[in-house]
Amino acid sequence: MVASAETAEPETQRQSGLTRVIKAIGLLRESPVGMIGAGIVLAWVVAAILAPMLAPFDPNATIMPFQRPGAVDPASGATFWLGTDKIGRDILSRIIYGGRRVLIYGPIATIAAYAVGIIMGLAAGYFRGWWDAVLSRVSDIVLSFPIFVLYVIVISTFGASGLNIVLAIIFASAPGIMRIVRGLTLDLRNRDYVAASQTRGESSLYIMFVEILPNARGPLIVDACLRLGYVTITIGTLGFLGLGLPPPDPDWGGMVNENRALAPAFPHMIVYPCLAISSLVLGLNLLADGLREIAIRD
Amino acid sequence: MKTDPRTPVLEIENLCISYFTRAGEIPAVIDFNLTIYEGESVGLVGESGCGKSTVAMAIMRYLGSNGGIVGGSIRFKGRDIVSMSDEELRQMRGSEVAMIYQEPMAALNPSLTIGAQLMEVPIVHEGVSEQEAYDRSRQMLGDVKLPDADRVMAAYPHQISGGQQQRVVIAMALLSKPSLLLLDEPTTALDVTVEAGIIDLIAEIAKKSGTAQVFISHNLGLVRETCDRICVMYSGEAVETGTISDVFTQMRHPYTRGLFGAIPLPSANKNDRPLVAIRGQLPLPHQRPQGCNFGPRCDYFQEGVCAPAPVPMRDVPSEVDPHQSRCNRFETIDWDAPLSAGKVNEPIEPGEPVLVVDGMRKYYELHDRSIKAMLSGDGVRYVKANETLSFSARKAEIVAIVGESGCGKSTFAKVLMGLETASEGTITFNGDEIESTEVQDRPREQVASLQMVFQNPNDTLNPSMTIGGQISRVIRKFGVEADPDKVHDRVMRLLDMVKLPRDFYHRRPRQLSGGQKQRVGVARAFAGNPAMVIADEPVSALDVSVQAAVTELLMDIQREHGTTLLFISHDLSVVRYLSDRIVVMYLGQIMEQGTTDEIFAPPYHPYTEALLSAVPIADTTVDKRKIVLEGNLPSVVNPPIGCPFHTRCPRKIGAICADKRPPVHTVSSTHAIACHIPLDELKRVEPVFFDVIPSTPPTDGAPTRTTRAQ
Repeated sequence: MVASAETAEPETQRQSGLTRVIKAIGLLRESPVGMIGAGIVLAWVVAAILAPMLAPFDPNATIMPFQRPGAVDPASGATFWLGTDKIGRDILSRIIYGGRRVLIYGPIATIAAYAVGIIMGLAAGYFRGWWDAVLSRVSDIVLSFPIFVLYVIVISTFGASGLNIVLAIIFASAPGIMRIVRGLTLDLRNRDYVAASQTRGESSLYIMFVEILPNARGPLIVDACLRLGYVTITIGTLGFLGLGLPPPDPDWGGMVNENRALAPAFPHMIVYPCLAISSLVLGLNLLADGLREIAIRD
Repeated sequence: MKTDPRTPVLEIENLCISYFTRAGEIPAVIDFNLTIYEGESVGLVGESGCGKSTVAMAIMRYLGSNGGIVGGSIRFKGRDIVSMSDEELRQMRGSEVAMIYQEPMAALNPSLTIGAQLMEVPIVHEGVSEQEAYDRSRQMLGDVKLPDADRVMAAYPHQISGGQQQRVVIAMALLSKPSLLLLDEPTTALDVTVEAGIIDLIAEIAKKSGTAQVFISHNLGLVRETCDRICVMYSGEAVETGTISDVFTQMRHPYTRGLFGAIPLPSANKNDRPLVAIRGQLPLPHQRPQGCNFGPRCDYFQEGVCAPAPVPMRDVPSEVDPHQSRCNRFETIDWDAPLSAGKVNEPIEPGEPVLVVDGMRKYYELHDRSIKAMLSGDGVRYVKANETLSFSARKAEIVAIVGESGCGKSTFAKVLMGLETASEGTITFNGDEIESTEVQDRPREQVASLQMVFQNPNDTLNPSMTIGGQISRVIRKFGVEADPDKVHDRVMRLLDMVKLPRDFYHRRPRQLSGGQKQRVGVARAFAGNPAMVIADEPVSALDVSVQAAVTELLMDIQREHGTTLLFISHDLSVVRYLSDRIVVMYLGQIMEQGTTDEIFAPPYHPYTEALLSAVPIADTTVDKRKIVLEGNLPSVVNPPIGCPFHTRCPRKIGAICADKRPPVHTVSSTHAIACHIPLDELKRVEPVFFDVIPSTPPTDGAPTRTTRAQ
């Protein structure tokens, strides 16, 4: 039923969908805050994609330990712009490669959490009744757990792997997303266009995914941006707690953890990875602010 | 009656207001002049976006951060408001100028009692003692005709009804003894019979306390009932000002005339005197034409005279009072020529019954989960949304269901559409019983032949789909066409049918005006060739000039296709104009049903009588008896036993009304009234409407008789 609705979408709608994305980017240009945010995020994305070209060293190669920022590698003549860590790996290269990890797992986890949260929220908000009662209680229970205890339990039980990190984030974030979607659905389901589709006998799936969900996208996009920031922090924290992806591949949180004992003597070893995390989170938050500004104006 | 020279309370001269947006300066009000004298009420009339609320906001200097007065002056009792300091403004607002808004609940603080909010006014503005403030507030509640002032003083806003809230807001405004009262659509959010009471009160205030009033409304009938003078606004400009009688009987601006042609006056008739819509639509502020703003929509437009030079306000010769019009051609226009749509419709003969409702009941269960209720065993109560409804609608007929909020008309529509099922009784549609079949279980043809037009134009279309996408979805869903080319073709023909340009196919709802959206809603309802269409207040949210166009369109299509139209409304003037038969409902029950003529003439059910009397009429040749209902609309959760109307009925005859369900009198084969009053007595009731002798200026209220039974 749903499939037929989506496949039969006229071609014109597709095109105007694309033009609207372009228009939305154009609108973002009117929000200075949003532009700064987008710039920071984009810079990290570019850095992650072009890592092999940008990074001066192999991120896992042990070259010279305890180098301060600006020190020069006598072998290759290249500079350790941000110094090296305790086993002699170039911090700048590790940060650039580390971005890849956050920028792959962050969005995957966020999108997956959204998929779960949206389905739960739509069902709870549209069907109400016991669907709502059961789903809301389940999410209340999950939300009432201290979130990091949850992560520690999940990951220490199932082991530290990319998949488990994503699963843990879905488990922890989906209830919050569900609440937002449920609230939006409760409002949107009372619109006349929903009544109109009900009176022509549309299926519940069609109504939820075609009539309701697209109209909830504004607040959801803003929230997704903010949530991506939180997920970034979470991935960093998990890395710091040693629950992140297994070494030796660079991980921002892991870098802080590995070098934290040496922080008083060599602050650069942990300051730069920390800055990397905060700048990405800040960029995402600013971007969310900009998007919200546009959403309000629309 | 008028003392000359009178002291002006408010003088507005050449006022220009602009909003400053990203897109640049947008003039909202241009060259606006208005003088209000003591004790006078002036109606500010116009469609949405004409600048009427902006004028009111400018008087309070509440224009917001992006609005500004760019020219002219506003003088309040000789003091210039434009140059006032914040402190002076604060003194003036609330104590000398008070404003009453559309939504009473938004004007009251939900966490303070009514008493505390009222007492604050004299305490802050005059520094009186608490005791005195209490006494004054209580007194004022009596003055605005709120019964049981002590209870209201102690109540929180949510504990009293919407009508009572608006009375409290008016009381609050009057407590500071303002010289000027600004009323911005004060009754739009209220039910008709409640509105009648508020309008009565507002009209009285000006007479009694000498407070000058600016009454902002889109409803000409209300302005006629409350104001002495009227100022008609169009696209940021005043286009005509004058006394009510001058403007209502001798209008001298084509826009004013267009407005009167577009509203269903008692003289309008769907067959030989159909409504005449003003063509086109209100220009956006940054797309105003050169010269006369109304030019592109005016039948009398003449290049060179009306454009390109701006048209000034000009005096119209009048015997006594000033009358002005912003029209360069008013001398040459033949104002007595009948405004005609250029068409006369043949009356249609209704055919076989399409819909037969017999003893239909819809009860909702309400579970009381308190321990007390569980112990006593009355855990379940019933909300009787529809109680034994019986009526029928025939092919090509327009049947109106009339009633105020909570009367059960929306519940009935839901049952009919299959979104709810009936608790008892039968609904036969085209020979099939549909009362207990939900929409998913109905055959496709049946769903297609029973469609609905919704009320709110901004809600009726899905904002994230194109117009074409939404209509073609309906066509495919109902299996009218399956081939993409044919579907596209059919959408185009439907767009033609509702008189929208074909390139709207690719537009999205937000690029359309309210009237255009409503047209798409009509196209969507008619996409599956329905036998019956339910229209739930389809025009009530639209502007006057657009209302006429959508109403006429709906009727043309209905006539052409022989569709039965079930028209749900609270507006009796529209209902009178278009329907063949009327069903009057109150708290889920049918009080009276009959043909339109039968409903509008005695014998009436007392509720119908009150409803008719509450209709504001913008025709100065017709007057009406005033019946103001006491009390509130009872809650549907706890409806009165016996006759549901007995708690407010001005003709209640005694205990029987409160104890027993009223019998149904059969007046004729088509007319039935459910009332305890004997039919003979009901027949002796005078008509609500009567003609006034045209020479009497009706604004002085001379021929208005007021009946307040018992």
